[in-house]
Amino acid sequence: MSTGFTPAGEGVSIVLDSGEVAVLASLVSQILTLVEPGVTGEDPLERALGIGSGEVPSDPVLARLFPSAYAEDDKASEEFRRYTEATLRDGKRADAQTLLDTAEPGVVKLTAEQAGAWLRALNDVRLALGIRLEVTEQIHEEMAEMSEEDPRYPALAIYEWLTYLQDTLVRALW
Amino acid sequence: MGATAPMEVERPSTDVRPDLPWLTIVWNDPVNLMSYVTYVFQTVFGYPRQKAEKLMMDVHHKGKAVVASGSREEMERDAQTLHSYGLWATVQRDS
Repeated sequence: MSTGFTPAGEGVSIVLDSGEVAVLASLVSQILTLVEPGVTGEDPLERALGIGSGEVPSDPVLARLFPSAYAEDDKASEEFRRYTEATLRDGKRADAQTLLDTAEPGVVKLTAEQAGAWLRALNDVRLALGIRLEVTEQIHEEMAEMSEEDPRYPALAIYEWLTYLQDTLVRALW
Repeated sequence: MGATAPMEVERPSTDVRPDLPWLTIVWNDPVNLMSYVTYVFQTVFGYPRQKAEKLMMDVHHKGKAVVASGSREEMERDAQTLHSYGLWATVQRDS
């Protein structure tokens, strides 16, 4: 397993093997599939202005990636969503694409800007896995006691690896 | 706000300027890392690390924290930026 990110000039670097790149590419590609491009409406003016649907996504992962902005005001949440979700979707897709374009076996050097995209893309994957795997705050302790035979183990081991990558990336950027 | 207001006074993290009645709130969740949340508060709001860490600990221990206050438009912009980082942020009027 890699040693995580280290600072490198204005950016960061990491050494990845081909298996690690394949895991990252697979997970981030799933985010790209799940998070469709922002504006899909019929109205050309609304499309031009990036105005989309105000509906809460039915998929719990999408509902977590695009949370309602008003806890107790559905109408205000709907308005907020109409005017922001398309932009947020495009941003998450761009971050995911940056990771896919730059992840390769060997030494990966990232500019500060690319590192920011990796940080958000890794977080989006962790949020998605966190929902699907029903991760709790005690996940680290649970993993320490979990048998490797447990059916959840392989996916949670990947989640923990992503956690490690993201944490080393934050610390390399500080 | 007066033009002669001091620059950055050490305020309790949940302090809210009374003339600006909208708030951005960040809620605890089991996935976002403590280091990452601190980094996001520093990056998005330009808060010094110590203040960002205090806010992060408030989110972690109390379940939520007020991270910004201002006009409704400003708070919606903050919430949108925090959503781009995957933080669970909401906007509400100060009560």
